[in-house]
Amino acid sequence: MKSYILQTATNYLLPLLLLFSVFILLRGHYLPGGGFVGGLIAAIAFVLHMFAHSVGETKRLLRIHPGYLMPIGLSLAVLSGFAPKVISGLPFLTGIWFSDPIPVLGLIGTALFFDTGVYLVVVGVSLTIIFTISEGE
Amino acid sequence: MLVAVLSGFVFAVLPVFAGQLLKGKRSILSALIPIGLFAYFCSYVPDIAAGETVFETYSWVPSMGVDLNFNLDGLALIFALMITGIGSLVFIYTANYLKGDPYINRFYAYLSMFMAAMLGLVLSDNLVAIFVFWELTSITSFFLIGYKNEDRDSRKAAMIALAVTGIGGMFLFAGVLIMGMVAGTYSIQEILSSGVVFQDHALYPVILFFVFGGAFTKSAQFPFHYWLPGAMRAPTPVSTYLHSATMVKAGIYILLRFTPALGGHAYWSDTLMLVGGITMVYTAYQALFRTDLKAVLAYSTIAALGMLTFLIGIGTEAALLAAIVFILVHALYKATLFLVAGIIDHQTGTRDITKLHGLGKIMIPVALASALAALSNSGIPPTFGFIGKELIYESTQEMNSLSALLTVAAIATNVFLIYAGFVAGIKPFLGKLPPALTKVEMPSPLLWVPAMLLGIGCLFFGLFPTLIETALAKPALASLGFGSFDFHLKLWHGFNTVFILSLITMGVGLVLYFSLKPSHKLEAVIAKLEPVSPQSLSILVGKGFRQFSLSWTRFFQNGFLRYYVIVIMGFLVVLTGYNTLTETRLLIPDNTFDNVTIYEVITLAIMVVSIGFAVFSSSRLAAVAGLGVLGYAICLIFVFYSAPDLAMTQFSIDTLTVILFVLVLYRLPKYLKLSDMRSRIRDIILALIFGALITTLTLEVLSEPIYRETSEFYAENAYVLAKGKNVVNVILVDFRGVDTLVEITVLVIAAIGVFGLLKLRLKKSEVN
Repeated sequence: MKSYILQTATNYLLPLLLLFSVFILLRGHYLPGGGFVGGLIAAIAFVLHMFAHSVGETKRLLRIHPGYLMPIGLSLAVLSGFAPKVISGLPFLTGIWFSDPIPVLGLIGTALFFDTGVYLVVVGVSLTIIFTISEGE
Repeated sequence: MLVAVLSGFVFAVLPVFAGQLLKGKRSILSALIPIGLFAYFCSYVPDIAAGETVFETYSWVPSMGVDLNFNLDGLALIFALMITGIGSLVFIYTANYLKGDPYINRFYAYLSMFMAAMLGLVLSDNLVAIFVFWELTSITSFFLIGYKNEDRDSRKAAMIALAVTGIGGMFLFAGVLIMGMVAGTYSIQEILSSGVVFQDHALYPVILFFVFGGAFTKSAQFPFHYWLPGAMRAPTPVSTYLHSATMVKAGIYILLRFTPALGGHAYWSDTLMLVGGITMVYTAYQALFRTDLKAVLAYSTIAALGMLTFLIGIGTEAALLAAIVFILVHALYKATLFLVAGIIDHQTGTRDITKLHGLGKIMIPVALASALAALSNSGIPPTFGFIGKELIYESTQEMNSLSALLTVAAIATNVFLIYAGFVAGIKPFLGKLPPALTKVEMPSPLLWVPAMLLGIGCLFFGLFPTLIETALAKPALASLGFGSFDFHLKLWHGFNTVFILSLITMGVGLVLYFSLKPSHKLEAVIAKLEPVSPQSLSILVGKGFRQFSLSWTRFFQNGFLRYYVIVIMGFLVVLTGYNTLTETRLLIPDNTFDNVTIYEVITLAIMVVSIGFAVFSSSRLAAVAGLGVLGYAICLIFVFYSAPDLAMTQFSIDTLTVILFVLVLYRLPKYLKLSDMRSRIRDIILALIFGALITTLTLEVLSEPIYRETSEFYAENAYVLAKGKNVVNVILVDFRGVDTLVEITVLVIAAIGVFGLLKLRLKKSEVN
């Protein structure tokens, strides 16, 4: 079931969708969006690629097994929780921010790192489950 | 003091990183930890003897009143010295006893973890911290009893011990929580100084019930005593350390510690005297029938614990003094006897008393240590045990109305204990050496020196009791609130009633020893009563429970997903249905249909069509696609009611769900047969009822006034506290960040589960 139209379209759609998912992740603190939705969109982007090509090719594109994203994301979330404890002795998961906004991204705080952790975990979990099932026997 | 308590835990982690460092000959270096701690606590003796106490506090969970407060007073010092002192000897002993064991470093880790937990327990001033350390001793004890984890009986004994002491731990927890609630603080010091009178409080019997539940299970009181003989499956160093000298006395410690707060009431003293009395007479009598060296010692240990409970129940100054002295007496002689039993087992390979004779010819120092301990156990002057026993008789004499009964119970117990002590401590060394044992060798000094030191202790403190009196007994009584009690420990009190009682006990005990020989026949007699013993009964209950939960699980979790849905829906209908029928106040606004827009009507129509498609389709994929459309329609509803976050998430989730379904269903065969008419009708009825219920509930919710405090708090503070304007996201990543953290962890676990289930390929050899 190879569709050249879908394959070609996917090659252009994938980077766009990924960019969109990051955009959704970053705007989450002020406007609708966030790590969870962003992660889901990124996962859907890869699944689209998988349907157009094959599991093997999507895996090659990713280079690492999506499962590795889960511990990375979890650690990022946990570390961002401990950061306030280490830096200013505040309780676990207190939000702290850099004082000056950064161009494009805006104000950066631990919440963004936490949300990025969520994003990575969601991508990792969705892709791991879907790849595993679609590979089957 | 925090360092002292934590050092054991820190040391226990060491084998994880440097396992090889403490194996083989170097394993004895582990003993440096308890020896160092022993020296540390010894340095406090002069201060404590002078009437001071050392109080150190570390904040732990201040918001819940849980702190690591360490309070070293007389009572805590006695236990700390026993824990570290006997601990040092046991650590040294283990180096040879488990020589060559591949996991000896692991054993030392458990042992030091236990020691740390025990120290924490006796030093803590905070009730919750006491509970935490209490549970840690149960858990480490589980690992130590089950140390020979390839032996089925060891594992079973460990499970029983954990079950009994673990349930007891829950009782203690309930007890201390109620105490904390009544007193308004979890600090024992503050409770005592606040002048709360628990005895007059309505919850006093409840507190006692739970505290006793904890203390009786831990200290193996009747009818929970059975875990202790089973725990003798553990290597002997463990039996010595945990099951005679320290852990089993944790319950006694709690009772002593709570005496100033809870004692003095008839409920307290009557229960303790009754339970302690039954325990000591019953289990001391049981000891007569045993032929296993460690079983004899186990039953006599329970009897001694019963004696301690009994004395605390009497509760007079003299009785508490007797209890404190007897704790030391018992720790010294029973640890010696256990170490000796371990040596005999280690050198001869048997613990059967009927086969052990004449070992005195081979191992003179062991025989000597053992004899000293047996004499102290029998209360024969001039050993320390004699002083202990005199104090016990003095305190039973004091109770006017009951003194005759109490004294008889104490004498009976002591008579049986004399027999047990002689059988375990003296008999194996006397008589002719049987041919089977001629090749037995003299044990290593690492084994007999610790036993010898303890044996000498039994004699030394008998000759110089003033040392114990000034350094330990007086401060310990002071910490129980009897600082003014004047007494002098001495060997010779003159020719009085108490001395005559001692003579009678010794005489009868010796007669019993010479007339009754341990034999397998006697053991068979008592084994006939086994089916109605507390142990068999509770195992029966346990088996029944397991059977019940097995059939329960089989019934409700039978693996058919459709059945699960039916159960969940049916349960909800039954649970909420009745209440909904009787008490519903429905709110159906008059102008409900005025504001309906054309978009909503269209969406609704799409939903109805897709539901019908999903229900009546004869292809799985088409049904899934129908459900997908339904999901998107719901997204539209979210959009109409301005919940863009929800709509986005629902949209993505729905897409992924459909993809997942398609991936799975793609591999399944087409419908072999659709469900039959009967089950369809059943499903329709259930679905209709459930739908009606949810609708009613929704309408009922609308009729309730809406409380906006929570949502207003979030809306107002999202930007102020968390610098975010999207309230939903701020709640997720900031206000309720911990929830999110746990949720993503659950997600990861689920993914690993799916991956494991589908990718696991067992080799042929691994199946079964």
